[in-house]
Amino acid sequence: MNRFVLLAITILMLVFLTSCGTASSATEAASGSSATYIENKGSDTIVNLALAWAEKYQAEHPEVRISVTGGGSGTGIASLINGTVDIANASRKIKDEEIAEAKANGVDPVEHIIARDAIAVIVNPENPVRQLTLRQISDIYSGKISNWSEVGGEDRPIVRLSRETNSGTHVYFLETVLRLGNKEDKTLFSMDTLLLPSSEGIVAEVRQNPNAIGYDGLGYVPKDLKMIAIAEEENGAYVLPSIPTVNDKTYAIARDLYMYTDGEPTGTVKEYLDWILSEEAQQIVADLGFVPVTPDSSS
Amino acid sequence: MEKSLSWHEFVITRLIKASGYSAIIFVALIFFFLVREGIPTFAEVNLSSLFSIRWYPIEEYYGILPLITGSLVVTIGAALVAVPFGIGTAVYISEIAPRWMREILKPLVELLGGLPSVVLGFLGFLVLAPFLRSFLNLPTGLTALTGSLLLGGIAVPTVVSVAEDALDAVPRAYREGAWALGATRWQTIWRVTFPAARSGVLTAVMLGVGRAIGETMTVMMVTGNAPVLALKLGSLFSPVRTMTATIAAEMGEVASGSTHYHVLFFIGMVLFLISLGVNIAASSVVFRAKKRAERILS
Amino acid sequence: MKRALPINRHHSERIGFTVITLMAVATVLPIVAVVLFILIQGAPAISLEFLTGFPHDGMRAGGILPAIIGTIYLTVGTAIFSVPLGIAAAVYLSEYASDTPLTRTIRIAIINLAGIPSVVYGLFGLGLFVLFLNFGTSILAASLTLSIMTLPVIISTAEESLRSVPQAFRTVSISLGATRWQTIRRIVLKEALPGILTGVILGLERAAGETAPILFTGAAFFLPRLPHSPFDATMALPYHLFVISTQVPEMPIQIQYGTALVLLAFVLTMNLIATVIRSRARAKRQW
Repeated sequence: MNRFVLLAITILMLVFLTSCGTASSATEAASGSSATYIENKGSDTIVNLALAWAEKYQAEHPEVRISVTGGGSGTGIASLINGTVDIANASRKIKDEEIAEAKANGVDPVEHIIARDAIAVIVNPENPVRQLTLRQISDIYSGKISNWSEVGGEDRPIVRLSRETNSGTHVYFLETVLRLGNKEDKTLFSMDTLLLPSSEGIVAEVRQNPNAIGYDGLGYVPKDLKMIAIAEEENGAYVLPSIPTVNDKTYAIARDLYMYTDGEPTGTVKEYLDWILSEEAQQIVADLGFVPVTPDSSS
Repeated sequence: MEKSLSWHEFVITRLIKASGYSAIIFVALIFFFLVREGIPTFAEVNLSSLFSIRWYPIEEYYGILPLITGSLVVTIGAALVAVPFGIGTAVYISEIAPRWMREILKPLVELLGGLPSVVLGFLGFLVLAPFLRSFLNLPTGLTALTGSLLLGGIAVPTVVSVAEDALDAVPRAYREGAWALGATRWQTIWRVTFPAARSGVLTAVMLGVGRAIGETMTVMMVTGNAPVLALKLGSLFSPVRTMTATIAAEMGEVASGSTHYHVLFFIGMVLFLISLGVNIAASSVVFRAKKRAERILS
Repeated sequence: MKRALPINRHHSERIGFTVITLMAVATVLPIVAVVLFILIQGAPAISLEFLTGFPHDGMRAGGILPAIIGTIYLTVGTAIFSVPLGIAAAVYLSEYASDTPLTRTIRIAIINLAGIPSVVYGLFGLGLFVLFLNFGTSILAASLTLSIMTLPVIISTAEESLRSVPQAFRTVSISLGATRWQTIRRIVLKEALPGILTGVILGLERAAGETAPILFTGAAFFLPRLPHSPFDATMALPYHLFVISTQVPEMPIQIQYGTALVLLAFVLTMNLIATVIRSRARAKRQW
C-alpha cells in the first residue's frame, strides 16, 4: 500500500514539475518580464476567429497572452458587465437593458466593429430546394410552413434548427428574419425548433438529416452543405451569401460582428484591437469565411 | 506525555465531529443559496406566466412547464429502460450467475457507471441519433427517446448495485426454506427472494430515477433542446428540453441579478426539491422495511 | 391441488433464466461496445505529440496537453478538499456517532448530496465560490464545487469500510490501553484503508469526468498557457471534448475520438486501480 502511494505521489510531482517547466520556459524564452494577459470571451460565432487572431498575435507578440472562451454573445456581455473580461465578443448589438445594467455596475461599453458576417441558411445536400424568400424563411421558422412541399420541395416534414437563445446569431435571426426587421413584431420561433448548443451541432444535423433547415454564420458552413439563395422581396433577385454580396448589401441577412470593451481601450488591449483592424488580421477574417471590414466600410 | 496526548486527541475528536456535521452544513448551504437566488423569481415573474407553456427567456417568456414535462418524459423513458434491465441484471448477478461470472460482471457494470456523461452524449450525437432517425424513420434523431436510452444506460449501474446488495442481503434461510418445500430456483427468486428484497429494490429504482433526472450533458447533446410541452406518447419521439439542459445552456449568458438569472436558480431549486423528495421517499421506505424486518426476525 | 400445466415450472424456469441472462448480456454488451468503439476510432489520433503538445490551428491540430493537465489539477484539487473531510466524516459516523435523530439527519443529508444534479452543483459553485467569495472562474472554485459533489461517495464507501472492520479489533486495542483515537488511527483506519481508497478513487473518477459542475466555475475554451495558480481558469478533458465536438467547425473527427479516448482511458484507469485494490485487499483479508 505504501509503495503505491509513494509511486502516485512521485508521478504527481513529476507532472507538476514538467508542467511548470514548460509553462515558465515559454514565458521565459519570450521576455524577462511577466506576460500581459488579455481575457476575451463571448460569441460562439466569433470564438474561432478570436482564437485564430489570438494565436497569430501571440506568435508575433510573445509577451502578450490571450485567453479565448465562448459561451455566447450574452455570456460575453454579461462578463463585461461583471468586470471579468477585457474584451467581450458579440455577434449582435448590445441591448439597451444590458447598457443600463453596465452603467449601473460602473462599466461603459464601447463598441468596435471587427468583421462582418453573412447568415447562411443551409439545407441538406439532397434537398432539391435552392432558393427561398425572406418571408418564406420567416414562415418556416415561425411554424406557419411545416412541410418542404409547401416551398417546392419533397413531401417531408421540416425540422427547424436554431442556435440557443444566448447566441447573438439567434437574436439577430429573430429580429431580422422572423420579424423581418419590424421592431413591433412579436413573432417567435416555432416551439418545436431545436435549440442546439452550438454552430457545429447545426451543421452536423443538417448534414445527416434531409429534413433539416438551419442557419449559421457563413464562417461555419462547410463546403459540402447547400446554402439557400435568398430574395429579400417577392420578385427580387435570389442572392447567395459571399464576401461581395455582403459588402454591396445585396445579400439580405448580413450583420456586423462586435467587440466591446469597458471604456476606450488603452495599452495592450488597444494595440490588440488596432491590430485586429489591420490588413493582416482581416485576411484571417476572409480565410475563415467571414467578411473583412474595409477601412471605408467600418464605422 | 499523557497530557499532550489527550489534548491532541481532544482536538482531533472535535475536528472529526465537526466533519461529521459537514454534510448537513453543505446541504443547508446549497439549499440556502438556491433559495436566496431563486426566490426573487416570485417577485419578478407572476405565477401564471411562470406556469405558462412557452419558455423563451430573451423575450420574457418564463413558462417552465415545457421544461418540467421535458425532464419528466426523458426520466420516465430512462426508467422504462433502467428498471427492467437493471433489476434483471441484478437478479442475474445475485441469483443465477456462477461465481466467476459475478466477478467479471460486477466491475463491468461499475465501469458503465464511471463513463463520463459527455462521452455518452458525444457518441449519442454522432452514432445513436442518426441511427434512430433512419431506423425509426423520424424527422430527427435528437429526441427524448435518444436521451432516455442513454440515461437508462447511465442509471442502470446505480439500480444494479443497490438492487444486487438488497438481493444479497436476503438471508439464505429464506431461499433454503423455499427449496426445501420443492420450489424451483426461478419460483424462489420471484416469490420469495424478490419480495423480501422489495424495499431495497424500490430504493434502487428510486436512486436510479434520481440519477436520470439530474443528468445534464448527455441530454443537452442529444435531446434537441426544443422547449415543447411534452404530453403525448409521441413526445417521446420528438425533441424535448430538460430543466438540467436549460440551466447548463443558459447560465453562462445571464447577467447576475437579472430575472433570467433568478428563474434559472428557481429551476435549480425545483430540481433540488425533486431529488430531496425522491431521496426522502426512498429512505422512508427502507426505514419502514427495516422496522418490519426487525419485527419479523426478532 | 393444481393440474400439471403444459408448461411446467421447470420450463418456465428455463425460459425465465434465459430471459434474465439475455437482459444481463444486453446491459453489459453496450458497455464493451462503447469502450471498444472509442478505442478503435480514437487510437489513430494518439501520439506523443497529441498527449504532450498544445493545440494549434484553432485546436484542430496539435495536442491536448492543457486539457489533460487541467483535469489532473482539478482531480488533485478535489482530492485535497474532499478526502480528508470525507474520511473524517466517515470516521465520525462509524466510530463516534450513536443512533440519534442528529445522526439520522446527517445520513439523510449525505444521501441528498449524492442525489443533487451535477448542474445544480454548478449553480451552487457559481453562486458561492465564483461570485460571493469572489474566487472567479478558477481551479479553486471548480475543485471546491467538485469536492462537495464527491463527498457523499467518499463518506459512504469509507464508512462502510470502517464498519466492516470487526469490533474485536477495537476492543482488544482498548483493552491494551490505547485511546479511542489511537485505536482508530493505528488499527481501524489501517485495516479499512483499501476499502476507503477504493471509494476515494471511484469518487475522484466521477469528478474527473464531470462537465456540468465546472462549466461555470472553472472551465475555459482555450488558454495559451498552463494554469499557474489556483485562481486561474483551466482547460479540462470533459469540457474540451464537449467544446471540440460541438463548437469548432471542421474539427477532424479523429481528434474528437482521440480526446474521448484519452478521457475514457483516464477514467477507466482509475476504475481499474480501484478494482485491483479492492480485490487484492479482499484476498489478503484476515477476517
